[in-house]
Amino acid sequence: MDENLQAEVKQICQVCGNDRTKMMDIVRAVQEKFGQVSSETMNLIAKFVNCHRVEVESVVSFYAFLSKKPKGKVVIRLCNDVVDKMAGADVVADAFKKELGIDFGQTTADGKITLEYTPCIGMCDQAPAAIINDEVITYLSTDKVKEIVADIKKHYDPSKLKHRLGDGNNANEIVHSCVHNGIRKKGTVIFADYKSKSGLKNALAVSPVEVINIVKSARLRGRGGAGFPTGMKWQFTRAAAGEKKFILCNGDEGEPGTFKDRVILTERADMLFEGMTIGGYAIGAEAGILYLRAEYAYLRKLLEKVLKDRRDKNLLGKNILGKKDFNFDIIIQMGAGAYICGEETALISSCEGLRGDPKNRPPFPAQKGYLGNPTAVNNVETLCCVTRILEMGAGWFVESGSKGSPGTKLLSISGDCKLPGVYEFPFGIKVRDMLKEVGAEDTQAVLIGGPSGQIIGQNDFNRTICYDDLATGGAIVVFGQERNVIKIAAEYMEFFIEESCGYCTPCRVGNVLLKKYLDKIIAGKGEPEDLDILKQLGESIKTTSRCGMGQTSPNPVLTTLKNFRKNYESIVKKTTNGMQPTFDIRKALADAESIAKRQSVIFIK
Amino acid sequence: MSEQITFTIDGIEIKGKAGQTIIEAADEAGIYIPRLCYHPELAPHGSCRVCTVLVNGKPQSACTQPIAEGITVENNTKELDEHRRNLIDMLFIEGNHFCMFCEKSGNCELQAVAYRLGILAPKYPYFFPKKDVDSTHPDIFLDLNRCILCGRCVSASRDIDGKGVFEFVGRSIEKKIAVNAEASLKDTNLKQADKAADVCPVGTINKKRTAFAIPIGKRLYDSKPIGSDIESRRK
Repeated sequence: MDENLQAEVKQICQVCGNDRTKMMDIVRAVQEKFGQVSSETMNLIAKFVNCHRVEVESVVSFYAFLSKKPKGKVVIRLCNDVVDKMAGADVVADAFKKELGIDFGQTTADGKITLEYTPCIGMCDQAPAAIINDEVITYLSTDKVKEIVADIKKHYDPSKLKHRLGDGNNANEIVHSCVHNGIRKKGTVIFADYKSKSGLKNALAVSPVEVINIVKSARLRGRGGAGFPTGMKWQFTRAAAGEKKFILCNGDEGEPGTFKDRVILTERADMLFEGMTIGGYAIGAEAGILYLRAEYAYLRKLLEKVLKDRRDKNLLGKNILGKKDFNFDIIIQMGAGAYICGEETALISSCEGLRGDPKNRPPFPAQKGYLGNPTAVNNVETLCCVTRILEMGAGWFVESGSKGSPGTKLLSISGDCKLPGVYEFPFGIKVRDMLKEVGAEDTQAVLIGGPSGQIIGQNDFNRTICYDDLATGGAIVVFGQERNVIKIAAEYMEFFIEESCGYCTPCRVGNVLLKKYLDKIIAGKGEPEDLDILKQLGESIKTTSRCGMGQTSPNPVLTTLKNFRKNYESIVKKTTNGMQPTFDIRKALADAESIAKRQSVIFIK
Repeated sequence: MSEQITFTIDGIEIKGKAGQTIIEAADEAGIYIPRLCYHPELAPHGSCRVCTVLVNGKPQSACTQPIAEGITVENNTKELDEHRRNLIDMLFIEGNHFCMFCEKSGNCELQAVAYRLGILAPKYPYFFPKKDVDSTHPDIFLDLNRCILCGRCVSASRDIDGKGVFEFVGRSIEKKIAVNAEASLKDTNLKQADKAADVCPVGTINKKRTAFAIPIGKRLYDSKPIGSDIESRRK
């Protein structure tokens, strides 16, 4: 055994306290150091943290940013989201292949550069985009690819890549990123001017129960999409039996088309951490965890700095703002490339150093969450709303928005529109008005709430965005007349296939089946019965899946079937010759022919 | 001294004990809810979803959902059985199942539940995936072609045998069972007497030299459908 390797892995495990629950940090560190988590390393980690080897493999094999096989020193991950493809990601992909002389999924012969695809990285408003190690590169073009590859080959250090700087904190030297915030519309809650500290001060001036009551009377509901009342969640967590309690912030926005949390994390981190602190006080937690998606690793240093500043100002730490016995601090847990970790119980699993499998409910996180302790998991935007509600009062909050949905909502809008970016609208805005504002003309379809939401057509453009009508976590994608909605649905199904944790049957297998039928239809081989099969399979997946992701995963199919039925009907046709249209005799014989080492004499080419 | 809880399944009044899941209470009362991954001696896994029932109209897996006073459970409905058939079909097509040659035939829970629900052949196209077979162990033969990812071996090895021989690796349709060794099953401490070697519902974990000790025709589900033992408890 390589003694050097052993010493390095030992050191990494030691830094993490040889703690099995810190597995994510351990394997991430190993991956970063060695470009892989090799079989040999798995044995070492298992030895140092005292677990089974296969448990380490179980974690490593789950996350897209971790790998058993070696990867290059530089890993280029090109986003292949629907919006990126609409913006020309395929041409960019060809350029990368040409410049590097390799295909996707391969590493250059010298072992230095790996080229991969990755699903939505939260840059749809500046697509096509890629992540090169931790660096984000936006607005890619074939020329830019040439420059990047030439530049990288000089130093193999993505942090040295030359690029223009973005606006706001993106230009801060510790971020040093070309990402643009793209804030198109500032509303009254998140992007308005606010007084840091004042919400927390107001919270600490009253009892934790009163804080919960204020959040309840503001009728704040979760901004992640599910819309659970935040006050109630906190009440349950506070009331649950348990010595230790935790507040977790879900910074794993991965819904294709979403990027609003990116902007909050860049420009409103202070507001977010204040909301977490208020939440910690309300539920009786001393520790908070921000789960940050691996794609946003470029923001980590900035976030650490904001945390440090807050500690220096006694806004975190012991006896916060002089409040005796109110101790609270926040750590950042990095993810490693798994959409499912945005599901709250999967997020908890990941924080515990496990595969990002959702957990069985009950028990709910409020009863038994992180490491078995009562836990509140809140969305980034929700926690920012908390800060503002405590600063300005519940009465102020309910003045904006619609009756059933007070406040504002950040929408990440991209696709076929002139002004993609982040918009803070009061709840209750009509789809039609929203489209006008973003400069979308001649729109065929709008994706509301990402692929797990719904794809609507013109008949629904008078509907409103709020919890009682079109509920959304904020991912909006606009599709012009020239787009093929069935192909779009198929691409989104591909996303769910890749991102399913594989735990339950309907989500693991059913989505593959849906995609097969869609492909058949797109290839012009679909039959009218296939539409019924899509519907029935979709309903089974929706009804029987174990978590929210599975339950919503057939939505691209189900909502296009409902809203764009004619598009489907126009391309399916009854077969008249009694043959199965998808059956390919040559393909079916291929295996047998290769074994027999000769061609079939009956079915000749 | 456990508190009694009264609820209904398909209109039949059931008296269960606090802390029981729906499937536990139903089993005791002699009502069969189709299931695959559930095993009474192991922590419920909730992965196959075959035991999905409607609890006050909302779908829940009966193996993980605790009973509660006054709940209305729907189990034996046309719609639920349709969903269950879809799930069973999915399990068949994602693997390579060949009942007619399989040593588990007649003792296989997947096959038995399929027959009970009236499936003679899956209606969806097979995936024909390439799966691993591991025959390195002297006493146990592992065939992932027939695995339904129920997790029974994982729990049994971890929670009952205290060994951790099995674990899931990968995700999505690539998710599979792996063994706690760099290479193969022979490098683990799995023994034929382990609980983990005993709980597989299908033909994935097989004990060598035992395959046809009980002939076809005299096997568990050859004469009576799966669930008959549960239903015989019905008063």
